[in-house]
Amino acid sequence: MTAIVVERASLKHRLAEKGVDRVLWLLVPGAVFVVLLFVYPFLYGLQLSFQPKGGGSPLRNYVTFFSDDYLAETVWITLRLGLPAALFNVLASIPIAFRMRGRFRGKRALTTLLVIPITLGTVLTAEGLLAFFGPTGWFNRVLLALGADEPAKLTHNYWGVLFSLIITGFPFAFLLTLSYLSGIDPTLEQAAATLGASRRQRFRTITMPLLAPGLAVTFCLSFVLAFSVFPSAVMVGNPAGETHVMSIAAYETALRDNDFAMGSAIAMLMALVMLIVIGVVLIWRTTLYRGATGGKG
Amino acid sequence: MAGQRFAELHLDHVQRAFGDTVALKGMDLTIKGGEFVALLGPSGCGKSTALNCLAGLLPLTGGRITLDGKRIDDLPPEKRGFGMVFQNYALFPHMSVRRNIGFGLSMRKTPKAELNRRVDEAVRLVQLEEHQHRFPAQLSGGQQQRVAIARAVVLEPPLVLMDEPLSNLDAALRLEMRTEIRRLHQSLGLTTVYVTHDQEEALALADRLVVLRLGEVQQVGSPEAVYAHPVNRYVAGFMGYRNMIPVNVTSQGGERATVRTADGTELVGVKREELTEKAVAAVRPEDFAVVTEAGQNTLEATVEIVEYHGREQAVEARLRDGSPLHVRTTSRLAPGDVIRLRVPTERVLVFA
Repeated sequence: MTAIVVERASLKHRLAEKGVDRVLWLLVPGAVFVVLLFVYPFLYGLQLSFQPKGGGSPLRNYVTFFSDDYLAETVWITLRLGLPAALFNVLASIPIAFRMRGRFRGKRALTTLLVIPITLGTVLTAEGLLAFFGPTGWFNRVLLALGADEPAKLTHNYWGVLFSLIITGFPFAFLLTLSYLSGIDPTLEQAAATLGASRRQRFRTITMPLLAPGLAVTFCLSFVLAFSVFPSAVMVGNPAGETHVMSIAAYETALRDNDFAMGSAIAMLMALVMLIVIGVVLIWRTTLYRGATGGKG
Repeated sequence: MAGQRFAELHLDHVQRAFGDTVALKGMDLTIKGGEFVALLGPSGCGKSTALNCLAGLLPLTGGRITLDGKRIDDLPPEKRGFGMVFQNYALFPHMSVRRNIGFGLSMRKTPKAELNRRVDEAVRLVQLEEHQHRFPAQLSGGQQQRVAIARAVVLEPPLVLMDEPLSNLDAALRLEMRTEIRRLHQSLGLTTVYVTHDQEEALALADRLVVLRLGEVQQVGSPEAVYAHPVNRYVAGFMGYRNMIPVNVTSQGGERATVRTADGTELVGVKREELTEKAVAAVRPEDFAVVTEAGQNTLEATVEIVEYHGREQAVEARLRDGSPLHVRTTSRLAPGDVIRLRVPTERVLVFA
């Protein structure tokens, strides 16, 4: 009798040593969620993309994509929007986050102002852009009053979508950069100062190298957000022409032309392009110092 | 490698306020070239504020700092060229030991050959030859400390500032590094300002002590002077006068004061301040002698707690009126013993 008890206890103990205990059950809801709502739909879409609507070779959808210029071009159109938007958001957030590190009066108000665009949603932002940058919007009215010959065309084209991506994407980039930056121990910069480093030298030799890995991650997330652009490409862009992005192509193929297999193939290619960009950035990141930065982060 | 000597660094009514709280209330101090000065006090006394003001990391809100007559308090830290060792070392985590030590030299665009020679010398000085290509995270606390010191002194700064550099080390290492710091100070001819809350550390290291309290300088003097002749009860408490016996003054004149404790015992001590009726008699635990018969300057107490400290015992006893008394003695005592404790007149300091 006692022997059995001992055996049971020791098995439990052995499992616990390997990290197997009742706390693991907490993983179940999350795992179920991921499998049902992410893994299964993804794999379903993947196999669907290899079953072209009219039959034929499993790769026919992919061949079609790259041989149809109107479709193939979506890759470059989307990259041309996503990369500059992500790059701009990351670069713009560095100086602002740098100034916002310390404590000062009105910091909370300023942070709120910078973060508010997240809560607006793309549709509201797009409407605002239309009203502000549109042909009869304030911006052009001021331009005309200042003597411009004709209104600048900043909506229903590439620029409208880029502005929208910057407005909605900046808060994410800023918040991430700020938290990475506050993770850097401020005494490191003080130490550099006592060693004779000027403000610029401190930024270049201490702050930037320690911040760079975080910026790489921030860039990846900003890029993914911008790359999957859809509503603003329709509302403030030119969805049939210069802002015919991949998500629009996938949507139209699947739901307008009722070709789910082809739509899936486009979605898969979209994921592939994102993975390639993220892969390149993360490989660059491995060449950087990624250890502790000594701060509270 | 040697520190550049200056004649005199002068702090003239240096003040620093944070909003409404004044962390440093007009500090006057003159530091001579080659001196080792310790700023001593508990946390919040303004010692670190004073150090940061010297380094240029905190702007002054009043007063001025002059180095050989030249005003320096309006210079940013990078223009002052004082070396600083931080409490958390503040080593650059993404640079090797060598690059950390050579950082200041490369900021000054020192030619490569000279930079390497001086870094080699500094690495040898702090005995880190084997670890010079490692990164700070791969070093022990003591080694990190050495890197921080080497990084500060390799520039041969006129003044080295140290902000509690030993407080993150364990006890044995702390003693070892303490000697190391003093050795470097002497062999390199540095001028050092050292901040600590540990009176033992300050006494052991410094040529001169500055005791601070609530942003005000209490006493400046040699370790011996501050240790033996504290100017007020606050400094006395900090210098190991653990017993502050409340007394009534019965007579005072010249250098002596006669006082009476709450249980009626009469003590004669050294008068350190102008006294009113109420006063305290400060006595170090080790200045008591356990005696058998009653007599002058002898207190009667009951032993309560005995701690074994090897050659000595640390005893907590109670006077007849219930006030506690700390005693260190080589006599073997046990709880419950009623003992007589005699203290020489010159070892009783009477403060207002």
